[in-house]
This record gives sequence, structure tokens and C-alpha cells, in this order.
Amino acid sequence: MLEQTVQIVSNERDTDSYFRLVARAPQIAPLIQPGQFAHVRVLPMRDALLRRPFSIFQVEGETFSILYKNIGKGTEVLSRMRSGEELEVIAPLGHGFTLPNAGGEIPLLVAGGYGMAAMYLLAQRSPQKGIVFVGGRRRVDILCEKEFQALGWEVRVTTEDGSHGEKGLVTQPLLAEIRNPKSEIRNYKLFACGPTGMLKAVGKIADELKIPAELSMDEHMCCGVGVCLTCVIPVKAGNGWEYQRTCTEGPVFDSRQIAWEAAK
Amino acid sequence: MKSKVQSPMSKGSEPKAEINLSVKIGSLTLQNPVTVASGTFGYGVEYAQLLDLNQLGAVVVKGIRLGPVRGNPTPRTVEVASGLINAIGLQGPGVDGFIKKYWPFLKGLKVPTIINIWGTTVEEYAEVARRFDALAGVGALELNVSCPNIKEGGAQFGTDVKLLAQVVAACRKVTQLPLITKMSPNVVNIAPFAKAAEDAGSDALAITNSYPAMAIDIETRKPKLANITGGLTGPCIKPIAIKLVWEAAKAVKIPIIGMGGIQNAADAIEFMTAGATAVAVGTANFYAPQTPLQVIAGIREFMERKKISDVRELTGSVQIHKK
Repeated sequence: MLEQTVQIVSNERDTDSYFRLVARAPQIAPLIQPGQFAHVRVLPMRDALLRRPFSIFQVEGETFSILYKNIGKGTEVLSRMRSGEELEVIAPLGHGFTLPNAGGEIPLLVAGGYGMAAMYLLAQRSPQKGIVFVGGRRRVDILCEKEFQALGWEVRVTTEDGSHGEKGLVTQPLLAEIRNPKSEIRNYKLFACGPTGMLKAVGKIADELKIPAELSMDEHMCCGVGVCLTCVIPVKAGNGWEYQRTCTEGPVFDSRQIAWEAAK
Repeated sequence: MKSKVQSPMSKGSEPKAEINLSVKIGSLTLQNPVTVASGTFGYGVEYAQLLDLNQLGAVVVKGIRLGPVRGNPTPRTVEVASGLINAIGLQGPGVDGFIKKYWPFLKGLKVPTIINIWGTTVEEYAEVARRFDALAGVGALELNVSCPNIKEGGAQFGTDVKLLAQVVAACRKVTQLPLITKMSPNVVNIAPFAKAAEDAGSDALAITNSYPAMAIDIETRKPKLANITGGLTGPCIKPIAIKLVWEAAKAVKIPIIGMGGIQNAADAIEFMTAGATAVAVGTANFYAPQTPLQVIAGIREFMERKKISDVRELTGSVQIHKK
């Protein structure tokens, strides 16, 4: 974890309201593990004081990038920042994904919308290739499909309006793959990032079919380093559950540990 | 090694006046007047990778009651203009959990640890105070009688003069550690509360805690916090906190630790000018963790510029013009 002022190298629109921001951070970049995040202070926000957490998308040499959706006050201001401008960053933060072993379980990556951003490093660094299931509402919500293909991963797309790939929810082709009697593969592990509803559905599939799953949770944060206790989720403990921090114990949790019945 | 015999007076350079930054809170000496607000700094260890905790005046930990506390449902915080509303609900490990998990780190620091404690009864406050009195190395206890986000305990003690005095007196009975009473801002006049805490044996006052507040999502018409209401902190509360410090300082002789929206040295100096002996950086830790260290450096620069040799000269130095 380092706190540094970093320079924006580029900040370009991807599709629709999604943007890719590359920052030069020579000391932070080599420390980043798949599934970790950067906590970013967007100084021009003025009266909005808090940092915003972003999954780290790609790491290349001395840079890292984030892939974000213009979704509110912070990302709106961020989307108007230009190369050469500076951001205050604390990174890398959080407990990320476990890299699959070569010859081990086949990784099935499940992403919703900008959840794809958290998956790229995992796919890139995993010695074991698998399948990426990506879902979104419309065609424009399907991000970086080609980049995953370029890594040698099969990508299966679903959109709710049917404008790209299969029509429906991302869990449909996922279930079809796992349940396919012709499939010779029986040893899977799920990795997911996306909206809470999708993560819950993936967790349920993992639970029912007894497949291990790691879920990257997306919660509001303030401090990002474990002190404010904003980003907590219910996690099984003893005979009950306790609140654990998405920023510190997470954002990636073993799905079996999450106490969904206590979640909001 | 090169020998260096040049005197500070030589070559016309002005003698650099020694600057005193240390202050006293009861029997506790702080190396400088800058602390952190309970609940914004975890148990210190979380920030150890980002800043040198030994530069601080003191580390103040999140509120601890006797047993572990799960805290409120989420969402627990919401950002508002120049501020933050929180309703965490004092999630914490309890006395034993704290001692096991966090004390080994904290006791190794060179600066004092101030432990913020609370309970749902006067007896629980006293019991927690007794437990920490038995723990060697604690710097001071801060009595949280002002958290707005818990159903029992907290602000109910800080907004009733008699209960406030009972809590302070009960803790005073069981410990010689310096007691700091963290005051609620949610009172019509803080003076009688400040006086009650002083008379009951408090060594200092922390002013102030968060202000009761609420935010609503107009699209869904739902409150933005699961707890419905919370406590407002951050730069937006600074002027109201300054006024409280000023009013309390007129009512008591014991030192005041001023807090509420401090973002820089100027804010801290303003609190001291109003009557605070020390200050605490709170919400700013969440977005700018270097703030406490920047405040210390900035106070020193201000004193050099104003040719003030002792930081204690700032306390209560506000000039009120009488007609």
C-alpha cells in the first residue's frame, strides 16, 4: 500500500459512459495483484471529499489502468480529467483473487458490466485458461471482450436486450456450461465481479453445485484502508456472522463465507 | 565526520528561537497538540503503512465497550457537501478483543494511546475504565458520551447533565488515568455540561462529536442510511464546533481538545484560538491521511511566522471586541 500523487497518461471513452484511465505509477504498478483496487482522490470534486475505489484493470510497465463507468459525481469529474493532470492514489489495496494453478480447476470468470475490469489481471496471470462469461444490459455494457480473447480465453456474452450474444442473464450460459453432460470438465472454480444481485446468483450456483467460488464485492467505501467500517458485509463467524470490511478482508471473499441471509 | 563549529549566531544569521509544541492534557504530556478523532483512525495500525504514527501528539482509538459490537446495518455512511454522515454504530472488538488484537501494536508506539470507551450503563463505563486502568501503558481514557448512532448509551449520557456527571464520577473513582470527556454538540448550551464534566473529575474535554443529521434519496424516497439518521462530520461542521469550543472554554479551566472538520493547520489554529489546547483530525483522515502530519508542520510554520515560541500561547487567544 502506497499513497502517491500519480499523473494521468490517458483518459479515453471506451463505450457509451465507460472510460479507461491510465496512470503512471512506477512504484505502485509492480505491487498490484489481481482483484486489488486503487483508492482515488479526485481533487477537482471540491465539496465531494471522499476518495473513490476502482478495481485495477490492467498493469503495463510503469502504469496501471482503471475501467470505470460515469455513474455519479466522482466519476463524472474524473471523466473530464486529461492526460498530464494528477490524481492522489492509495494502492494497491485489498485482498484479491487466488490465482488458479496450472493443471488445476478450470477457472470460469463471471462478470457483469464494469465487473470485467477486476477480471483482466486474473485472466492474464492465470496459468490455467478457462471461460469468461460476461453480461450486461445492452451491447455497450459489454467491455473488453476482444482483450480477453487476445489472452486466449473463450468469451461468452449475454445481454438482457439481446443486442449482443445470447439474450438473458450471464448465469444462463454459466449454468449450461457447468451442467452440460457432454462436458468432460467437472472440476471448475468460479470467479465473479459485478452487481450484488449477480454475485448472489453466482454464490447460489456455487453453493448448490458445490463449486468453489471467489466473489469480488462492490460496496461503498470511505477510507479504503479498514478504519471507517463503511464497506462491511456479513461474513459467517462462529455460530453466526460478523461484519467484515470489503476494503481489507475483501474485496474478494470465498462465497461460502458470505452470510447472504444477513445481507441487505 | 566533518567538524561543525559554526555557531548559530555567526554570519549574521538570526538565532532560531526554540519552538515548544508540547501541551498537557491532565497529567499526560503530548509532544504536539495534534491528535486524531476516535473512529477515524481505527486502532492506529491501519495507518502505520502510510504515516509515522510516532509524529502524532497521540493516537485515539475507536470507541470500545465491554463486549464486542456488531454495529449497524449498511449503508452506514453517505457523503454530503463538504461532509459525511455516518451511522457505523460503534462496531468493535470489546475490551478483551482490543487488548488481544490491537494493544501489542499500540503499546509499542512512542506516543500515547488514548482509549475511547463507552457503555450502555454508568456501571459499564466504570467497568471498562477499570479494565483499562489495569492495563499498563494507557495514555488516557476518552469517555464517549456523545455517539448519536446507538440506541442505548452514547449521546443519552452526554445530553443529560446529571447522567454525564454520574458517568464521569464513576470512571474517576476507578482510575487515575487522565479522563477526557467527549462532549455532545446536541445541547442548547454546552457551558453547564462542560462544567458538570469538570466538576465530576474530568481532566479535559473533547469538543465535539458529530451532529445528528439525515439524507434522503429523492428518487426512491428512502433515507440514504440504513439507520435513517446519523452523525454529520467534516469541514461543514467546523464553524459550529469552533463556537462550541469558544463557549466551553469560557466555562471551564480544564483543557479542551478541539475537533470538527479540521483539514489543515489554519483550521487547527482556529480551534486553538477559540480555546482549544489540542486538536484532533477526524474525517480528513479518510480522504487525506497525511493531514495530521501536515497540521503539525503547518502549526510550526505559523508560529515561526508570527514569532510565537510556545504553542500554548495560541489557546484562547481570540480577541473579542467589547462595545
